[in-house]
Amino acid sequence: MQAQFPLIPEQASNFAPAVDLLMLFIVVICLFFAVAITAAVVYFFFKYERKHQTEIGVPIHGDSRLETAWIVVPLVLAMAMFAWGAVVYVDYRHSPGDTLDIYVVGKQWMWKVQQPNGLKEINEIHLPVDRDVRLIMASEDVIHDFSVPAFRVKMDVVPGHYNTMWFRPTKAGHYRLYCSQYCGTNHAIMTGWITVMEQGDYAAWLSGAAGAEGNPLVAGEKLFAEKACITCHLSDGKGRAPSLNGLYGGKVLLADGITVTADDAYIRESILQPNAKIVAGYQPLMPSFQGQLTEEQIIALTAYIKSLQNEPPPPTGVGTAPPSGKK
Amino acid sequence: MHTPTSTRAATGAVYKMPQEHYLNSTYGIRSWLLTTDHKRIALLYLLSVTFFFFVGGMFATIIRIHLMTPQGFLVTPETYNKLFTMHGVAMIFFFLIPSIPAVLGNFALPLMIGAKDLAFPKINLLSWYLYILGGCFVLYSFSTGGLDTGWTFYTPLSSVYSNSAVTPAVLGIFINGFSSILTGLNFVVTVHTMRAPGMTWFRLPLFVWAQYATSIIFILGTPVIAITLLLVGLERMFHLGFFNPALGGDPILFQHLFWFYSHPAVYIMILPAMGVISEIIPTFARKPIFGYSFIAGSSIAIAVIGFFVWAHHMFLTGESVYAALAFSFLSYLVAIPSAVKVFNWTSTLYQGSISWDTPMLYGLGFIGLFLIGGLTGLFLACLGLDIHIHDTYFVVAHFHYIMVGGAVMGYLGGIHFWWPKISGRLYPEYLARVSAIILFTGFNLTFFPQFILGYLGMPRRYHSYPPEFQVLNVMSTAGASILALGYLLPMMYLVWSLKYGTVAGPNPWPATGLEWKTDSPPPTENFLVTPEVTWEPYDFETRPDLELDHIVAGKLPAPAHGDD
Repeated sequence: MQAQFPLIPEQASNFAPAVDLLMLFIVVICLFFAVAITAAVVYFFFKYERKHQTEIGVPIHGDSRLETAWIVVPLVLAMAMFAWGAVVYVDYRHSPGDTLDIYVVGKQWMWKVQQPNGLKEINEIHLPVDRDVRLIMASEDVIHDFSVPAFRVKMDVVPGHYNTMWFRPTKAGHYRLYCSQYCGTNHAIMTGWITVMEQGDYAAWLSGAAGAEGNPLVAGEKLFAEKACITCHLSDGKGRAPSLNGLYGGKVLLADGITVTADDAYIRESILQPNAKIVAGYQPLMPSFQGQLTEEQIIALTAYIKSLQNEPPPPTGVGTAPPSGKK
Repeated sequence: MHTPTSTRAATGAVYKMPQEHYLNSTYGIRSWLLTTDHKRIALLYLLSVTFFFFVGGMFATIIRIHLMTPQGFLVTPETYNKLFTMHGVAMIFFFLIPSIPAVLGNFALPLMIGAKDLAFPKINLLSWYLYILGGCFVLYSFSTGGLDTGWTFYTPLSSVYSNSAVTPAVLGIFINGFSSILTGLNFVVTVHTMRAPGMTWFRLPLFVWAQYATSIIFILGTPVIAITLLLVGLERMFHLGFFNPALGGDPILFQHLFWFYSHPAVYIMILPAMGVISEIIPTFARKPIFGYSFIAGSSIAIAVIGFFVWAHHMFLTGESVYAALAFSFLSYLVAIPSAVKVFNWTSTLYQGSISWDTPMLYGLGFIGLFLIGGLTGLFLACLGLDIHIHDTYFVVAHFHYIMVGGAVMGYLGGIHFWWPKISGRLYPEYLARVSAIILFTGFNLTFFPQFILGYLGMPRRYHSYPPEFQVLNVMSTAGASILALGYLLPMMYLVWSLKYGTVAGPNPWPATGLEWKTDSPPPTENFLVTPEVTWEPYDFETRPDLELDHIVAGKLPAPAHGDD
C-alpha cells in the first residue's frame, strides 16, 4: 500500500483527514506531558539520589498555587479535546440530505449488502467516489460492527434497531472492511472489501451487473400483497389503516399529539411493533410482524413503501398533520 | 548468601525472627481454613489470586503465540475465542479486582490504622469462601465447554447464541460479587470505627483513603453487575426476554447495566494501586507526600465521578448524540483527579532523599506506565477519535497499560514493600530490581505496538488478521515472553526468601506507618499495646524512632517552604 511501516491507514474518506488532525492534536498534547513528567521523574531520581544512609528529604507539604495550576491547565486542554471531538462526532452522526442509501444486513458471519437498485453483494460493497453515502444497517442475530479504517468510520449493527452511518469516499481504491464487535466463532473472518470507483464506472457497474431478480421493489410489492398489508392500507386513504402514499420522508401526527418523521426506522418499527406509535385517527388494529419477516424482507417492504412517493398523494395531503401515516 | 542493601545497613542492626507471630501461633490446616485473622485470610487470598493470575496468564501466553502468524497457527477459532474470554474473566474478576484490596488491603489496612483486626473477622473469612465458591463455578465453566462470549458478555450473543458454558460462569461471577461487597463493607466499617487514638482522618495513610474509595465502589457497583449477569443466566435458561430483541428485550440495555459496574470496576483495580504508590513514594523519597489532601480527595473524586462515565463504552451503539456528548464530557472530568495524583507524586520526588530499592522501582514504573495508560484514555474519551479506534487494539493496549502497567505494577510494588512485614524476611534485592526492570521492558514491548496496530485498524478479538499487521504482532509476542519472565522471577525468589531471606526486623526501609511499629511478622493481635499516633503522615522529621540522622538532602541552607 504506502510506506513499508505506515503509522496511519490510508486516507480515503471525508472523515479521514478530520480524524487524523484531531489525533495529531491530542498526540502533541499528550506527548508533551508524557515527556515532561517522565523527564522530571528520571531527573529527580538521579539528582536527589540518597547520598548518606540516614539522610531525609526536604519536608515540603504542598503548594496550593501549583495544585490550582495543575487542575486548571489540564482541565482547559481536556475541554479543548472534548469540544473538537464533539464537532467531528456530531458531523458524523448527522447525515447530509441527498445521500446514496445502501442497506447492510449483518449476520453470523457475513455482510449482506443491497445497492439502491436492488443489486445484492456479499462481503463487498461498490461505491462511487465523491458522493455522500449513507448505510442503513440492521442485524439478523447478534451485535456486529461495520468498520472501515481507511474511512475512519465504524458503527455498531444492532438487532432490533436500524443504525445509520455516513461518509464520502474521496479516493478510488480497494479498502478493508471489518466486523469490529465480537460476534462469535468466525468474527475474525467477517471481513470484506469496499471498492470505490469513479462515478461513471460505478454507474456502468451498477447497470451492467444489476439483475431483475434482486429488485427490492418487486419483492416488496409482492410481500405487500402476500402479507395482506394491502387489505387495510388502501391507497385512497379510505381503508382501516392510513394510506402509505407519499408517507416516506413526511411528517406523521400521532394519536398522542406528537409528530414524527417517517424514516426507515419509523417504518421498521411500525411493521414490527405497530402499537408503539398510533397514527391520529386510527385504531390500533395491526398485528405485529415480529419474527415473521427477515431483515431483507423488511428492507424490501421499506423500498416499496418509499416508491409510493411518486403516486398521487392521499386526499388529506402529503402526510402532514391529519390522518396520514400508518396502521 | 547476599549482602544487605545500603538502606538496610543504615542501622547496622542484626535481627532475629520474633518468637511467636501470626504465622506460627497455631498449626494445622484447620487453623488456616477456619482462621479469622485478617493476616492469614490475606495469605489465603494471596495464594488463590496467584493461582488465577497464572491461569489467566497461561491463556494469554497461548493467545500471543497463536497471533505470531496472520492465519494463527495454534488453535481453532472456537478455542481462540474461549481463550481470550477466559483470560479476561480470570484476570478481571478473580485476579485484578480482589488482588490489592483482598491481599494487601486485608493484610495492611488494620495494621495501618492501629486495629487488632477488621471489624467483622468472620465475615472476612466468609468473603474468601464466597470467592472460592465463585471461582469453582467459573473453573467448572472453563473445564466443561469453556466460555466464548468475551468477558463483556454482550447480549444477545451470551444470552441466546453462544453454545458455551455461560450459565455456570455468570453464576460464579454473581457469587464472587458478594465477596467484594462484604470486603467493602468490612473496610468501611473498620476505617470508621477502629482507628487507633490520634489516627484522625487526615492522618490516615493514603493507601487507606484509596481502599476506602474502592470500598464505596464495591458496595454501590457490585450489586448491579451481579444482578445483570443473573438476568443473562435467566434469559438463557428460561427465555425471559430482558435483552433478546426477538423476545422484546433490548440488547443495549445490557450494555448500560454492564458498564454501570464495569467502568467503575476499572477504578476498583487502579485506585488501590494508586494507594500503594502513595505509600511507596514518600517512604523511599523520605519526605512527606506533596499535596496529601489533594491525593486523598482525588481518590474520592474518582470513585464518585467514575459512576457517571459508563456510556463512553457505547458511543457507537447508536446512543443519542446528546448522551454521547454528556458522557464524553464527564469522561474528561474524571481524568483530572488522576492527573492531580501524577503531578503530586512527581513533585514529592523533588528534593527528596531517593533510594532505588525495589518497591521504588515499581513506583517509578507505575508512574511511567500509568501515564501512558491514562493519556491514551483521553484519545478514547474523544468522540471524534473513538469513531476510528473503538474496538481496535488501541483499546486493548490502553486498558492493559492501566490494568497491567498500572494495577499489577502497583500490586507487585506493594507485595515487595510489605513482604518483609508479611514474611519477616527480605528478598534478594538485586535480583528483585533486575526483575522489575525486565517487567517494565517486556510490558512496553508487548503493548506499545498494539497502539499502532489499533490506529491502523486491527480489530480486537480476531483469531486471524491481514498480513500487513504481522510485524507488530510478532513484536508484541516477543515482548510477552520477556514479560512472562518478569512475572516468574518474583514468584521464585519470594518463595525462596521465605526460608533463606535475611531477617528483616520491624522496619527495614524505614517507613513511617503504624504497621512498621510492630514486629515482622506481626503477632496475631497485631499490637501488644494499642499504639497512639502523635505524628503527621509520612513525617520523617519528628520521628527519632526511625533512627535517621536528619541530614537534609541537597545541602540547602534551610528547608524550603511551600513553593519550590
